[in-house]
Amino acid sequence: MKFAVIVFPGSNCDRDMYHAVKDVLGAEADLVWYQSSNLKEYDGILLPGGFSYGDYLRSGAVAATSDMMKQIKEQAKAGKPVLGVCNGFQILTESGLLPGALMRNKNLSFMCHQENLIVENNETLFTSGYEKGEVVKFPIAHGEGNYFCDEKTLNELKTNNQIVFTYQSNPNGSTHDIAGIVNKEGNVLGMMPHPERAVEKLLGSDDGLRLFQSVIQNWRNSYVTN
Amino acid sequence: MMKKVTVYITLKQGVLDPEGKAIGESLNALGYQEIVDARVGKFIELQVDEGPNLEERMNEMCDRLLANPIIEDYRFQVEEAVQS
Amino acid sequence: MLQTEISPEQIEQDKVYQEMGLNDEEYEMIKGILKRRPNFTETGIFSVMWSEHCSYKTSKALLRKFPTKGKNVLQGPGEGAGIIDIGDNQAVVFKVESHNHPSAVEPYQGAATGVGGIIRDIFSMGARPIASMNSLRFGNLTNERTKYLFTEVVAGIAGYGNCVGVPTVGGEVQFDDSYEENPLVNAMAIGLINHDEIQKGIAAGIGNTILYAGPPTGRDGIHGATFASDDLGEDAAKDRPAVQVGDPFMEKLLIEACLEVIHSDALVGMQDMGAAGLTSSASEMASKAGTGMEMNLDLVPQREQNMTAYEMMLSESQERMLLCVKRGRTKEIIEVFEKYGLKAVPVGEVIEEKVFRIKHHGEVVANIPVDSLAEDAPVYHLPSKEAAYFKEFQAMENKTPDVENHGGMLKKLLQQPTIASKEWVYDQYDSMVQTNTVYGPGSDAAVIRIKGIDKALAITTDCNSRYIYLDPETGGKIAVAEAARNIVCSGAKPIGLTDGLNFGNPTNPEIFWQMEKSVEGMSVACTALGTPVISGNVSLYNQSKGKSIFPTPVVGMVGLHESLEHVTPSFFQTAGDLVYVIGEANPEFGGSELQHIVNGRYEGKAPAIDLEVEAIRQKQLLEAIRSGVVESAHDVAEGGLAVALAESVFAGKGLGFTIGLSGDATVELFSETQSRFVVTVKEEKRAEFERLVEDAKLIGIVTAGNTLGVKVNEEDILNENVDELEKLWRGAIPCLLKSKA
Repeated sequence: MKFAVIVFPGSNCDRDMYHAVKDVLGAEADLVWYQSSNLKEYDGILLPGGFSYGDYLRSGAVAATSDMMKQIKEQAKAGKPVLGVCNGFQILTESGLLPGALMRNKNLSFMCHQENLIVENNETLFTSGYEKGEVVKFPIAHGEGNYFCDEKTLNELKTNNQIVFTYQSNPNGSTHDIAGIVNKEGNVLGMMPHPERAVEKLLGSDDGLRLFQSVIQNWRNSYVTN
Repeated sequence: MMKKVTVYITLKQGVLDPEGKAIGESLNALGYQEIVDARVGKFIELQVDEGPNLEERMNEMCDRLLANPIIEDYRFQVEEAVQS
Repeated sequence: MLQTEISPEQIEQDKVYQEMGLNDEEYEMIKGILKRRPNFTETGIFSVMWSEHCSYKTSKALLRKFPTKGKNVLQGPGEGAGIIDIGDNQAVVFKVESHNHPSAVEPYQGAATGVGGIIRDIFSMGARPIASMNSLRFGNLTNERTKYLFTEVVAGIAGYGNCVGVPTVGGEVQFDDSYEENPLVNAMAIGLINHDEIQKGIAAGIGNTILYAGPPTGRDGIHGATFASDDLGEDAAKDRPAVQVGDPFMEKLLIEACLEVIHSDALVGMQDMGAAGLTSSASEMASKAGTGMEMNLDLVPQREQNMTAYEMMLSESQERMLLCVKRGRTKEIIEVFEKYGLKAVPVGEVIEEKVFRIKHHGEVVANIPVDSLAEDAPVYHLPSKEAAYFKEFQAMENKTPDVENHGGMLKKLLQQPTIASKEWVYDQYDSMVQTNTVYGPGSDAAVIRIKGIDKALAITTDCNSRYIYLDPETGGKIAVAEAARNIVCSGAKPIGLTDGLNFGNPTNPEIFWQMEKSVEGMSVACTALGTPVISGNVSLYNQSKGKSIFPTPVVGMVGLHESLEHVTPSFFQTAGDLVYVIGEANPEFGGSELQHIVNGRYEGKAPAIDLEVEAIRQKQLLEAIRSGVVESAHDVAEGGLAVALAESVFAGKGLGFTIGLSGDATVELFSETQSRFVVTVKEEKRAEFERLVEDAKLIGIVTAGNTLGVKVNEEDILNENVDELEKLWRGAIPCLLKSKA
């Protein structure tokens, strides 16, 4: 399985994501500059964190209008797994691939530390390696991670089992403690916490490893059955 | 003719605005008890070459980029640009 | 306001140069160099290049005392940053820089651009910035203005550092009245580089092209360098236009472009436009290469209309770089910048004649011998006089303050902002981006692993300015020794340091004496502990309304872990581990937290330090860590042993301890005697540890549960609930910030 790690101007977790999938997991991966037009070559798309376009206007808003996002939408529609982390999540909501929006943290400050997350849904291709209800430790590092959606959208998220991760102790004011959601089809996951920062015990947690392993395992399974 | 379009973007009513809340409380703390609410928003000034459908195109720009309709409202105001 | 139309004659007659920060003798020197009167632009160029910030004219003689050489030093002071070899073809690049004055008037932007500037110093050497640290000083947190400055400075550091993608992995914050009008914001950046990629800021090769890269020049921060070297007057708020505005997004793009460009053999040299902008970068690049430079200002990208030559040469617009590129090869370099959406344009060329020649609108607006700017700045040997208070302090007996309730005092100490948890600060910093942070903020030293090899770097910033105020020489020694202690506790060997010297007005002989003595103390300690000074920064005139800050020579030290196996935490690990203290406590309370609480001031002698003892203890502790017999190590610092022990269990591991001491309870618990450590060891490693570390004394055991128990002379002195203490320690700063005056 070959991953594309998308690099927008201002992305800054691109190399971390690349390190996680390539060096730690041993999967194939490339850093793909946002002006590239070869996204079709890849089996999975990773939208890393950072401050694309300086987060000017709104986090993720400018990147969401890029040609690269058009390509990503096509690939998502074709069923390829797309993971957006932090700024990647913001880009996914801004571009409409995921519902809702990410607002400033309730305390108005950027925050960076480890958070406990609850795996709400382990039936996605990203979380099949976890137990439902399992508590995992991922770092967060964001100033605008306060997930917002209206009542109707929240009900849809619940009904369709789209809420994948919630915070055990809500740090940023997110609606319904939401830390990560998938689209209806289940192949696009957006989350504020950083699984790519949780792949080595040395750095505090390796709970994120199984997320990437799940994606690879599910891709292999589908490849074998097809 | 050049037009100056001023776009005002605010959080929708009903969406929590912690920054506005903090500003309101700070003003109260400074003794300005008359402040009952504060909302924070963005203000964008655009210099625009006048063309057809200015209003319509401005709405489109706001919907597509300048505001996020999920959380934000916008309004804009068009005036003659003053040549500098 | 300064007018460009002012003629050379008028500049002399009306002494306009004084407004720019030049004195009469300096003006005469310039006339001698040029053999004519300088015009307005030239006067401006000299004034910034001869400012303390760029020329070190009053500190140069002192800085020569620092040991700067070592077998692993690849680059000492003089370039953008110093470099130390760490083996495996890799080297570490680091430097500290102050942004005190800009932060006093506009704290958010002042701090943000401070971070941006020091990061540029690192990548202009060709190194990828891998971590930032900072050292901050503010007045008391009960003051509303101080709260504002503190909050905004932290937000500025976070805003810039987080966006640019360089983790802020630690630092230190201290609070004292002397910084009330004059906060200190010192930022340190650390980079990693392959030996063969080291760049220098040189403009070599006659006929080569000078490229300007980055955003256009505006009127930002004009006279920032002289501003930084000036007394912060009462009308500082009026100086606001001089403060630059940072764009971390631009900097991120610049980092990537510059680190791509270094792989091209078309690049000859590169330097960032920091203090004194285009003037210093261009003249220094030529001076270092032994060449001259001609620049045409009409080619310089400009953000504002009708900018004068003076404004362009002195602008401190941020995120700009100057490159020297082989003639005819500019296209490939420009293309790299364009990929990142950045502009790079030719603005001049390297010439043989050693002059700095600036053209604007077809006229020569400056024509200055290039070495006269960077090399020939006056060097002052200012008078020094022992501070009046010093004799008095030295004559005072070491007196142990009266403490009746030791438990209550420990609680008070833990809530002193200087000791209390800085979580409120560092939670706002992305300390983990780049995924190398093994230990981030909150540890004695930050530990950053190096990907691909079995090594890590330890980084710390330290300076207890209260000791330095009481006794600059001893305090200077302590600053270096304490930094080294923090590095050693993490399991690394100290390899070098950068200094951020912050003092008051050097023309006051007593202030100059503080500088002189603290530099002497630091130098002796550097030699004793084998840590050369490879870079640094000087910030003077940190005073306002005649009141000077405490002398604050910040030490930023880096250490090397030869293996990840050596990385050691600063907090207790497992119940049952034995607790040792290395070193005895003496009744030393001069400059201590306890003295301040009890007496309300700092006075008397600073704690004594024997550098030989310090070096031996550090060596033995490091040996023990490398032998794998140490579970945790933490230095004894502000607040003494009791605070060090308490901090060791504030890690959410549900641990406590039982300790037995003998002697005077106040001395044992709160003395700030130097060269001491708290170490935990597994029972089975006891013999080996005691064999390796001579001055270690077994004092107790780590326990499960949350009781912190200390007996002195068999009597219960402390019997506290760890959770309760931790809550006070964590809550102190947020609580002070919330409380209204």
